[in-house]
Amino acid sequence: MAASDPTPAGTPAPDAVKILIAGGFGVGKTTMVGSVSEIVPLRTEEPLTTAGLGVDDLDGIPDKQATTVALDFGRITIGDDLVLYLFGTPGQQRFWFMWNDLAIGALGAVVLVDVRRPESSFAAIDFFERRKIPFVVGVNGFYGEHPYEPDEIREALALPEHTPVLLFDARERASCRDVLIGLLDQLIATSAR
Amino acid sequence: MNGGDAAGRLVRPFTLTGGRTRPSRSDFTLITTVTAVDPQPVGGPRPQPEHTRILRLCAKPIVVAELATGLDLPVSVVAIMLCDLLEAGRITVRQPRLISRTPDLDLLKKVRDGLGRL
Repeated sequence: MAASDPTPAGTPAPDAVKILIAGGFGVGKTTMVGSVSEIVPLRTEEPLTTAGLGVDDLDGIPDKQATTVALDFGRITIGDDLVLYLFGTPGQQRFWFMWNDLAIGALGAVVLVDVRRPESSFAAIDFFERRKIPFVVGVNGFYGEHPYEPDEIREALALPEHTPVLLFDARERASCRDVLIGLLDQLIATSAR
Repeated sequence: MNGGDAAGRLVRPFTLTGGRTRPSRSDFTLITTVTAVDPQPVGGPRPQPEHTRILRLCAKPIVVAELATGLDLPVSVVAIMLCDLLEAGRITVRQPRLISRTPDLDLLKKVRDGLGRL
């Protein structure tokens, strides 16, 4: 806590917390951030040269993105003294280090899965499992359709039994909110144990 | 191809930081809140135009990620300029709560309730 920081007279700064929205390319991360954010999602970009990456290792990045990696984020004001930020992480997990604190101090994460190509979200699941960052899986039903049951998806992703798998629609605000609530319920249940 | 233009865009931000590519302090995370000190300290070196823009944007508390978006500059560049301003006593910094190991149940419930009101 930063209670001892000198606070300028006037507006006290609210506490800030964050949740990461992860998953493969084109799985609906930015859509979800946009659906629940109270502001139009903002974008911040890092030049690849910052990280000293040079010119290699750009396989699979569309040409227009070859020089920067983008992070989209949105905001939900919880109260006068607390603001929640949602960060939609870059689809390619190997670039997350460019925001070196991206995963540090996150309440948890939502890993979005497209059932048509679940393998695109394996890297994100692996990332959070290895760092013991709690997460739930949000299955984004394209055109609102959900051809598989949560248990089938859990099995296909080789997830532990306690990891919630939630079916939702990233275009719907209430649906996205329920996924975030599902994550918080999981966090509360785990920390009360 | 416009490789020349792209290179120009990449080089420019770091001319604002005197060629430094790492902050001298790691005080600035994406959700670290910064606020301009009011009134500003007198004396000391005159702030550069980009520093002045930052001070204007953080007259009210703002997190680093939003500040970077407002300035249209990478977070890494903004963090370096914020270090200058912090060292000059022109801004105050509020770090986000540290979550990780010991989750704060009250905080989690507060966020849960807030989401429930959406």
